[in-house]
Amino acid sequence: MSYIIQGDTGDWEVVIGLEVHAQISSASKLFSGSSTEFGAEPNTQVSLVDAAMPGMLPVLNAFCVEQAVKTGLGLKAQINLHSVFARKNYFYADLPQSYQISQFELPIVGKGVVVLDMPDGTTRDIGIERLHMEQDAGKSMHDQDPRRSFIDLNRSGVALMEIVSDPDLRSPEEAGIYVRKLRSILRYLETCDGNMEQGSMRADVNVSVRKVGTDDLNTRCEIKNVNSVRFIMQSIEIESQRQVELWESGGEVVQETRLFDPAKGETRSMRSKEFAHDYRYFPDPDLLPLNLTQDYVDDIAATLPELPDEKKERYMSDFGLSAYDAGVLVVDRETGTYYEAVVGKGRDAKLAANWVITNLFGALNAKSLSIEESPVSADQLGQLLDLMADDTINGRIAKDVFEDMIETSKDPAVIVEEKGLKQVTDTGAIEAAIDDVIANSPDQVAQFRGGNEKIAGWFVGQVMKATQGKANPGMVNKLLKEKLSD
Amino acid sequence: MTNDLTHLTIASARDGLDAGDFSSVELTAAHSAAIEKSRDLNAFITETPELAQAAAAASDARRANGAALGAMDGIPIAMKDLFCTEGVQSTAGSHILEGFVPQYESTVSRNLKEAGAVTLGKANMDEFAMGSATLTSYFGNTINPWKASSGPNAGKDLVPGGSSGGSSTAISARLALGATGTDTGGSIRQPASFTGTVGMKPTYGRCSRWGIVAFASSLDQAGPMTRTVRDAAIMLGAMAGHDPMDSTSTPMDVPDFESGLGKGVKGLRVGVPAEYTADGMPEEITALWQQGADWLKDQGAEIVEVSLPHTKYALPTYYIVAPAEASSNLARYDGVRYGLRVDGDSLDEMYMNTRAEGFGDEVQRRVMIGTYVLSAGYYDAYYVKAQKVRTRIAGDFTSAFENVDVLLAPTAPSPAFAIDEKFDDPIAMYLNDIFTVPASLAGLPAISVPAGLTSDGLPLGLQLISPAFDEVTLFRAAEALEQAAGFELPIFGPGEG
Amino acid sequence: MALDRETVQRIAYLARIRVNDDRLDQIAGELDGILGWVEQLSEVDTDGVAPMTSVADVLAPMRADAITDGDCRDKVLANATEPMEGFFTVPKVVE
Ligand SMILES: [Mg+2]
Ligand SMILES: [Zn+2]
Repeated sequence: MSYIIQGDTGDWEVVIGLEVHAQISSASKLFSGSSTEFGAEPNTQVSLVDAAMPGMLPVLNAFCVEQAVKTGLGLKAQINLHSVFARKNYFYADLPQSYQISQFELPIVGKGVVVLDMPDGTTRDIGIERLHMEQDAGKSMHDQDPRRSFIDLNRSGVALMEIVSDPDLRSPEEAGIYVRKLRSILRYLETCDGNMEQGSMRADVNVSVRKVGTDDLNTRCEIKNVNSVRFIMQSIEIESQRQVELWESGGEVVQETRLFDPAKGETRSMRSKEFAHDYRYFPDPDLLPLNLTQDYVDDIAATLPELPDEKKERYMSDFGLSAYDAGVLVVDRETGTYYEAVVGKGRDAKLAANWVITNLFGALNAKSLSIEESPVSADQLGQLLDLMADDTINGRIAKDVFEDMIETSKDPAVIVEEKGLKQVTDTGAIEAAIDDVIANSPDQVAQFRGGNEKIAGWFVGQVMKATQGKANPGMVNKLLKEKLSD
Repeated sequence: MTNDLTHLTIASARDGLDAGDFSSVELTAAHSAAIEKSRDLNAFITETPELAQAAAAASDARRANGAALGAMDGIPIAMKDLFCTEGVQSTAGSHILEGFVPQYESTVSRNLKEAGAVTLGKANMDEFAMGSATLTSYFGNTINPWKASSGPNAGKDLVPGGSSGGSSTAISARLALGATGTDTGGSIRQPASFTGTVGMKPTYGRCSRWGIVAFASSLDQAGPMTRTVRDAAIMLGAMAGHDPMDSTSTPMDVPDFESGLGKGVKGLRVGVPAEYTADGMPEEITALWQQGADWLKDQGAEIVEVSLPHTKYALPTYYIVAPAEASSNLARYDGVRYGLRVDGDSLDEMYMNTRAEGFGDEVQRRVMIGTYVLSAGYYDAYYVKAQKVRTRIAGDFTSAFENVDVLLAPTAPSPAFAIDEKFDDPIAMYLNDIFTVPASLAGLPAISVPAGLTSDGLPLGLQLISPAFDEVTLFRAAEALEQAAGFELPIFGPGEG
Repeated sequence: MALDRETVQRIAYLARIRVNDDRLDQIAGELDGILGWVEQLSEVDTDGVAPMTSVADVLAPMRADAITDGDCRDKVLANATEPMEGFFTVPKVVE
């Protein structure tokens, strides 16, 4: 999927690397016992440690370490048994210690990979450079008061995983697919809820451009804290365009951090002093190095759930699904679970996939419901497939029944019964209807017999209409053909 | 009577309280009165006589009910102002924390409280524990109760050492029976040497750092300051213990330090490190050191010459590591959440104004040195190099302790100096810690015991260093040294200072 | 090595300490003295020596993931200058 920016001097391509900050799904913070719950009153989820009171010390949350290792394993990455927490020093109003405890030289997770499922059914590997644990900062609010910015430290100290990709992404779309895939993996692992609206996942986007056909990595800009997939894609489009125009007009891209303003559709330089960035990382003397054992890692590996790539593989081989269908069904764990429950023991897996992807997703989308909120349970959808399989209803009626199910959550058999939708398979009844239609449509019969075979479809429609759609379409076809040819 | 009560030791006060000779309320009142009379020494930043009286009364009530908590119950002590104490201003000797009232109690001060100790007030100190003379305190310098009887400093006001100079003065002037100190590079031992008192720095990790205003996290360690070795053993027992809130606190049981005393030093191998000398060190310090070795030898110890070849690099190593950590630890004093704020037109202006006005010169100097050695391009050359040399220094001790049980050395290269003595450059002041810093870098327990007087009549301490977590042996050797020295702390009259 | 005024200014800014121009030379001299003095560490052979970040010879302790703290806004704000509506406040930041 090539994304080319056509400039005056030639074609450019964009080189993208993402640093995704994913909040670890923990009850308490990385180094303190205060809650991580979203949406609390300001400064109520703040301990004296989080507020960096004098003499306060961090103590590591064991669960967060486990989640980071689990995520590393899910990214097929190397787990570093020895890792070190380091302080990243900088002053900011919502950074109470004036340093962020992070990992620098020795992160807990090293190189890994994320496999992208491309729309054409192919895959693409995106390298993971590293994953490290760090604490989140608090929140500054600048528009509450004319003279003051307000500081809320509820988020201060919340555990994050920073997942850094290699600069392997080449288009806004790829970046979008990457973030969605990463989110899917994190959700499978249940290490991060992936909720971007609440800030539990956000990305720093590194963008540079280069002439097609060259390998050089030009100066990049980092767009900070982009908080939706759509904005990530938009910011890349806008920033890469800006850089191409800058290079082509004889200017030079300077390495800097920029802010994406979706309202104005622009990125702009963040106000920064000339020598603002020197983070003076050094190992945090309040925390000892983190040493894990291989047994500890192996135990976590043993609890790893089946991940989307493996599940997709299985759906393709066991159920004969296309790469595309399989990819859609494994996007989240719940969809896969739902789908597999629909297939149950031996239902038509491809038909089930079609129903889930087309009908169910369509209905859920229209109602803005998640699959967990589906009014039609997997079991009920399975029952519907059974009614089709045993010829109780035909496919057309099934669609009506399904619509009813979405509204009422009733079992399909109940709806069929109540509305008398059982398929008519009685040859006599179908023959009578066909005879009726033939008798009332001399012109069309003449056309058919005159060689217009296409009009056969019209006859089918008339017969189905006469039977309120309940006639078995196969039988209608077969009998019609016989009678018209008589 | 009142006067007599300030002449006790912790051990004898405990016995007197147990015997019903006096109450904690009386004992505490006597010390509060002494503090009031000795305000000219400026040993305390904050006095808390009412809180002390209430705590003493509670102690007496416990004792009356047969529920006394142990050796420290009812014992009046001074708390270095580096310890955060709930509801009581805690300043670290800095303008930037003036008025700061912690909503929490440091683990060590809580341990002491829970052992029944009565806190008389918050002792003066060098700002953020950065200094060796208590001259950098925003709240004025503390005056050593000792006076030279002769020589160039005769009669002059002398420094009490530092950074725990308020504590050392409180002990030597008999304003408290015990005091907490903290030692990052010598801040307990050097002031003890300057004031004729006992100052003990335990193994790094023995006492919790939780709630102690951090200077250099990998070095800071709390310890007792007392008038006898036995008192130090008793007091450390109440201060120490594993604390799950401090990740660097060692999960280890606290031995009964006091019960290890009285065993003598027969058969103990005492190492004398050849490298513990300094340019211009008075001959009488070298002589006292030799005397100390002889005393221990006379009691049956074996004296062994050892070498700690990297000793001379300890001080420069320390002056990279400690400022580096301090530059980061002190970054939280930004005017936002507590302490001084000096406003400005922008956030950065506010930071810069606050920290320029809130920090004194020495703190600013060390924060800047620390910032520099961590900054891009210098980190490897300074910080990483210093950490490697630190490994070497620790290695020296490990090798030495393969052959000896304790090391004997001077505590400081000089006796207390005059408050008005001019140091032309900061390094001259740093040299005070030349003999104390190596054990700090290695995290080892060390103690300064008053051992003699200079010809001008000023006290000198000798230092013992033991392997990590072997404080029991350290106290044992210290007690032997103490007994041989027979050092007598004079009784300073109030107002003499 | 001599520290120039610009470097001192940069360090002072990184440390967020206001240093007025008239003090730059003096501070440069002091820092220079200290840095020159610690320079002697280059004499020490540290090839293959691991840097020592902590003397504590124990594993990093970990705590269980339980909510045991927080919910103490009064304590958190007790010493703050000008807290408003449950927030800390600082001079307005323009982003
Ligand atoms: Mg980033
Ligand atoms: Zn980050």
